[in-house]
Amino acid sequence: MAGIPHDHYEPGSGGEKWLHKRLPILGLAYDTLMLPTPKNLNWMWIWGIVLTITLVMQIVTGVILAMHYVADTELAFGRIEHIMRNVNGGHMIRYVHMNGASLFFVAVYAHIFRSLYYGSYKAPREVTWIIGILMFVLMMGTAFMGYVLPWGQMSFHGTAVITGLFGAIPFVGEAIQTWLLGASAVGQPALNRFFALHYMLPFILLGLTLVHIWAFHTTGNNNPTGVEVRRTSKEDAQKDTLPFWPYFVIKDLLALVVILAVFTAVVGFMPNYLGHPDNYIPANPAATPAHIVPEWYFLPFYAILRAFDDSVWLVMLTKFVTFGIIDGKFFGVLAMFGAIAVMALAPWLDTSSVRSGRYRPMFKWWFWLLVVDFFVLMWVGARPAEGIYPVISLIGATYWFGYFLVVLPLLGVIEKPLTPPATIEEDFAAHYPKSAGSTGTSSSAAPAE
Amino acid sequence: MSHSEETAGTRRDFIYYATAGAGAVATAGAVWPLVDSMNPSADVLALASIRVPLDELTEGMQIVRLWQGKPVFIRYRNAEEIEAARAVDVSELPDQDAQNDNAGSGAEATDENRTIAPFGSDDPVFPAGALYVSSGICTHLGCVPVGEAGDFGGWFCPCHGSHYDTAGRIRKGPAPRNLPIPYAVLVEETVLQLGEEA
Repeated sequence: MAGIPHDHYEPGSGGEKWLHKRLPILGLAYDTLMLPTPKNLNWMWIWGIVLTITLVMQIVTGVILAMHYVADTELAFGRIEHIMRNVNGGHMIRYVHMNGASLFFVAVYAHIFRSLYYGSYKAPREVTWIIGILMFVLMMGTAFMGYVLPWGQMSFHGTAVITGLFGAIPFVGEAIQTWLLGASAVGQPALNRFFALHYMLPFILLGLTLVHIWAFHTTGNNNPTGVEVRRTSKEDAQKDTLPFWPYFVIKDLLALVVILAVFTAVVGFMPNYLGHPDNYIPANPAATPAHIVPEWYFLPFYAILRAFDDSVWLVMLTKFVTFGIIDGKFFGVLAMFGAIAVMALAPWLDTSSVRSGRYRPMFKWWFWLLVVDFFVLMWVGARPAEGIYPVISLIGATYWFGYFLVVLPLLGVIEKPLTPPATIEEDFAAHYPKSAGSTGTSSSAAPAE
Repeated sequence: MSHSEETAGTRRDFIYYATAGAGAVATAGAVWPLVDSMNPSADVLALASIRVPLDELTEGMQIVRLWQGKPVFIRYRNAEEIEAARAVDVSELPDQDAQNDNAGSGAEATDENRTIAPFGSDDPVFPAGALYVSSGICTHLGCVPVGEAGDFGGWFCPCHGSHYDTAGRIRKGPAPRNLPIPYAVLVEETVLQLGEEA
């Protein structure tokens, strides 16, 4: 494997040698823990660990909740109240699981924007990036199906709207929607299968997490300079890196303590702040809640869905060109999924020779505008589709696509980037001048056992 | 030597392709029943028609009934609502199809084509044009619109802002079609049947 040169596992005791010959699992664990990691990683490199821990937390609390839940339209709502009132500590487990979904998305958006800023998606890390986008999509599906399970008003009508997205596909849409729901309307078959899928998909995510880690352990981590670790020799590599254990484990744990402190405060003091009161009303097929909005983490994409209706000239043009096959409704659906698809294409749309946004003076502005755009879309997605709001959604959605399809390809040509430091060591030394003795070939990279 | 090798190679290639092909067909054959099991089951499909008594329905009133798990709007329209719906020029409507299972395909979305025929001939309980029945599911993304709301006094969908007029026709907003009208007929003076009898 053409990874970063480093010391490999040597079995010490007789028992270790015996096991290593039969199953080199300790070697795998050692090489993973001792992975040479760029020593200039900043605080934006903590989100991967946060995501992994959150996934484990969601699986553990989820399995426990499943032991008390029944996926039956007559019983589901009552079973949630049973968990909240009767099960020992049930309210806490459910609130952790509910808000765990929010923590998951806070972390994943931070993780994604980190990668967008520092160019982590660029060669040779495209596969890591694509797997990441795939995980993001699966995560959204899992979160959506989990939200259906309490069978409240938002659960029910949210399901109607989201499965309606598939109903918008020309010709086969209605058949697909019926197949997804197992009936012509949302009901028992839908609830039952969503529960099964909500239980299964996190384990697929867990598997993909391992592939994601495998991919970037092969290419090595990106870092704030976007400069690659020197691989010419083990000594050179050691000047640029530190082993993951203990340096980055301890750093990540500190970040985790802070994040979990905030998380615990939310769970303890304001567990329903991020939810909607309407979901504490049992599902009623005959009345849609007055303001139906998805959870906060879907709002940016929901705003893009709503941005395109038949009054937009691009929609009218598409409708004319496709002889009405792609109407405003289907266009909105394509735009919503397209907003994620363009992210997946970022490695090939970004033409700049410099990886990190730190050395790209023009890129920075466009990037931060994208971050602002993301929050504007999130805000407008929660507003009613009336008055000025559809216009704001349209502007926001246009910039989202513009960033990936126009700005990223053009900037690589127009922009004159600054010169990044030659090595990670140079960048590190500039930040921490004369810290511990000389910066030469000292034993600064020796792992503390 | 080379001759026999070549023959052996092509025969082996054939076996590879044949095995892969058979495997693909067998996999598809095994997966199809699993996929098909997710389609509506027999009990879901065996949905009979229902009869809705309308004795309590008074002029200007709207009720919502569930049929096949979905809401159906039933409205006893008053004179102004009928007048408002009839004043509309069909050519200005976004969807000019009646979307009415009772009116036959291709019927124009006139107000007359969007209402339920009266029962009997002289002095019916629901005069011509008074009784309106349609699906209660927004043709955009499946929310249930709110009655007597919106810019046209018909229905307003709170999800994405679609406005329907008093004849359930889409007038403004993202919904592409008029509210569809299912098979519906008055079988007595005040009893509405939804769906054809099996």
